[in-house]
Amino acid sequence: MRAIVNLSRRGVLRGIAAGSATFVLGGEFLASGRALAVPNLPTPFAPNLFVSIGIDGTVTLTAHRSDMGQGIRTGLAQLLADELEADWNRIVVTQAEGDEKYGDQYTDGSRSVVKNFQRMREFGAAARMMLEQAAAKSWGVDVSECRARNHEVVHVRREKQGEGFVEVATGRKAGFGELAPIAAELPVPRPEELKLKPRKDWRYIGKPMRQVDLDDITHGRAVYGIDVRLPGMKYASIQRCPVLLGRLVSYDASEALKVPGVERVVEIPPPKEPVEFQALGGLAVVASNTWAAMEGRKRLKIQWDPGPHAVYESSAYRKALETTATKPGKVRRVEGDVDAAFADRSLKVVEAAYWSPHFVHAPMEVPAAVADVRDDRAEVWACCQDAQALRKTAAAAIGMDAANVTAHVTLLGGAFGRKSKPDFGAEAAFVSKAVGAPVKVTWSREDDIRNGYYHAAAAQTVRAALGADGKPVAWHHRTVFPPIMSIFDQTQRLPWGWELDFGLTDLPYAIPNIRLEAGEADVHVRIGWKRSVQNIFHAFAIGSFVDELAVAAGNRDRVEYLLELIGPPRHIDLTQGGVADYFNYDGSVEIYPVDTGRLAHVVKLAAEKARWGQPLGPRRGMGIAAHRSFLTYVATVVETEVAPDGTVHIPRVVMAVDAGTVVNPDRVKAQMEGACIYALSAAFFGEITAKDGAIQQSNFHDYPVARMANAPRRIEVHLVESEAPPGGVGEPGVPPFAPALCNAIFAATGKRIRSLPIVHEDLKAI
Amino acid sequence: MTVSLVVNGVRHEIDVPPEMPLLWVIRDVIGLTGTKYGCGIAQCGACTVHIDGAATRSCSVPVGSVTGAVTTIEGLGANGDHPVQKAWAEHDVPQCGYCQSGQIMAAAALLKEHPKPTDAEIDAVMTNICRCGTYTRIRTAIKAAAEAI
Repeated sequence: MRAIVNLSRRGVLRGIAAGSATFVLGGEFLASGRALAVPNLPTPFAPNLFVSIGIDGTVTLTAHRSDMGQGIRTGLAQLLADELEADWNRIVVTQAEGDEKYGDQYTDGSRSVVKNFQRMREFGAAARMMLEQAAAKSWGVDVSECRARNHEVVHVRREKQGEGFVEVATGRKAGFGELAPIAAELPVPRPEELKLKPRKDWRYIGKPMRQVDLDDITHGRAVYGIDVRLPGMKYASIQRCPVLLGRLVSYDASEALKVPGVERVVEIPPPKEPVEFQALGGLAVVASNTWAAMEGRKRLKIQWDPGPHAVYESSAYRKALETTATKPGKVRRVEGDVDAAFADRSLKVVEAAYWSPHFVHAPMEVPAAVADVRDDRAEVWACCQDAQALRKTAAAAIGMDAANVTAHVTLLGGAFGRKSKPDFGAEAAFVSKAVGAPVKVTWSREDDIRNGYYHAAAAQTVRAALGADGKPVAWHHRTVFPPIMSIFDQTQRLPWGWELDFGLTDLPYAIPNIRLEAGEADVHVRIGWKRSVQNIFHAFAIGSFVDELAVAAGNRDRVEYLLELIGPPRHIDLTQGGVADYFNYDGSVEIYPVDTGRLAHVVKLAAEKARWGQPLGPRRGMGIAAHRSFLTYVATVVETEVAPDGTVHIPRVVMAVDAGTVVNPDRVKAQMEGACIYALSAAFFGEITAKDGAIQQSNFHDYPVARMANAPRRIEVHLVESEAPPGGVGEPGVPPFAPALCNAIFAATGKRIRSLPIVHEDLKAI
Repeated sequence: MTVSLVVNGVRHEIDVPPEMPLLWVIRDVIGLTGTKYGCGIAQCGACTVHIDGAATRSCSVPVGSVTGAVTTIEGLGANGDHPVQKAWAEHDVPQCGYCQSGQIMAAAALLKEHPKPTDAEIDAVMTNICRCGTYTRIRTAIKAAAEAI
């Protein structure tokens, strides 16, 4: 259980001033969920708490997770405010600094609601119960007669009415602001005393509340990492080596320093392996504005030693991965006897190989950070997905104890996993220390594309043996990709188990013989997780291969065939396949089993809403794919119309989503809509390639992404009404899109796509 | 040299090189950060402002070439309640919001040119990039704003 601590009690009286926070709650949590003593109680008015109430009644809620467009600042506020019975119009949401006292601030893996759904409601409820106690105390009545309702506590009396009782308001009431100083002196309810509201009384949870930052965004007032400005601030643009771990041999900055506004250059040392989130190293041009820094940088003359990764060349790399995918790998899951099934001559064998290239995140806001490093302390501001990692990484870059570094998270102009890695915060801190002034580091788009963390390229081979009824008796799958773990340990060439658990290990089909293997891959770039991670390529292969099997089985109806593969409703026990450490997106399999019933349900719902099977015109088709990821079940139907010139139009996408209990249905729908378009960009255009170790793409002209004209004309998202625990929503919309799209293109044209991105030329009418 | 520039109705005399892109003058020199950097090569539209009412990608316009009045997102609509901004709020268009200043400025200019835009006109004019994928809502909001104007 958790302990919530009243942080108001120290010095509360001296702090009472108009509008100031007088009642604040904090708490400490361990991963195990045990309560622990709170070290170094913060002062009551420090902004490191989840709930505080000023005597003017303003409720300040602290968001400890980063908002990158998923709406978590709104979602956390909904959870807190609902239990608190706060008036939505009288709340203010502040952003937490990076500090372990908040618990985990890692905004990644679609886990913010999963991890905080119960926890934030407990903080809200504790505050509400204390306000009710405060009212009871000041009125001299029993607390059972005090009800918090919409920002005030009202006094009620139970009166007999007919056979039962009704609560009648006596007319006595007090606002939250009035009660806050009294509540601040009260003990906090023990965890076992906390009473959460019944679901039927939720006022914000499950409702499409408007985003708390909406007005600032539409008026240009929202502050992102790139927007932070400090007095006396300098602007830096950094030339990094085009090849990972390349070293600066020599440079001549004389021409750069002639550019008006350029003040100096600062050499940043290369990272030591493992690279983790360290600054990449290079040469920073420091100037009085961003443009001068960028112009100065163009005039640097640098000689690099490109180092060991200069050998990296994409077509050879692809061949190597594809070859590995034909050979036995390390087994992750095995059930039955796959070899025996493939030796059975009576079965029909189907095989396919799939390729997915490197992608890069390319959030609209490039990585950007501001640091102000002084002798004994430092502050850093960045669009970072993990305020604590920002703090630690910046501290390490300047050799300072993290306790002396304050890390502020701004709004994030998109992130998609890129901004989990605060290397840009480390750069800003390093350069600020070197020049003795506040410094903003702004990456150019070219830097973002060429010096990023790349989503792993992947080669997969899949084969199945079909029985006379067309159903697979055996499924044998090999996946080969450079592992994410390589950035934390440069010797890693084989994915860890959890990397396979992103979309492969939990293959949800009722097939008696299964073997899933992974092969080794060399690593030449920083591999990073990107929205939905390895699910992208695993779902692409699995979702496409199911469609291929349906064809091989006699051109079966895809929905019927998929439902047959999913089989009867059951919880898949992966220990039966030798998987003792299934990651399950950090959720327990008891609370979040792999539930084929829920998967089948979204398939049926999507098919029904899409009017699956309706006749479509020539060169039009529908495709379907379904995938469980991040504890959420998604089925996607894509309708395509392929023009004679090969252009793919998408008149409609229909998604069915079972994310369990949903906090904000409108934001969940928005995440699903966005996921389709993010996946579409990758499938249509995304491809990062390397030559001589350097990335060949540079900006949106050669790394194109979807625009309005490419986007589906309509995206319908149908949420399954559910009281199950909440699943993730930021990522699970991505994986089923690409296979559904490619299956739709097959339906429209007969052209099977096994390699991404789609080559539109190949789709021309003959 | 000194450049004279009118932004949101305010005249600024600024000492910058004339080749400095308007975007960086707006952001770093004048200090209005609602206009965003996204690509620097007029590909993405995050930096869209109006020059005499015409949508312009400010990252690729040298400040010395600007003769018209510049309007940024901060100056759109008399009280910041342009019909496009209202429609954006009504349909909860933004996700991260970073590209939305540029999208709103592009949409406002589109509606001046095409008060009742067709889907094809929207496709042709609204070429700004949104990585969060808000395109379907942008389309809906543009049509709603067209009705409201």
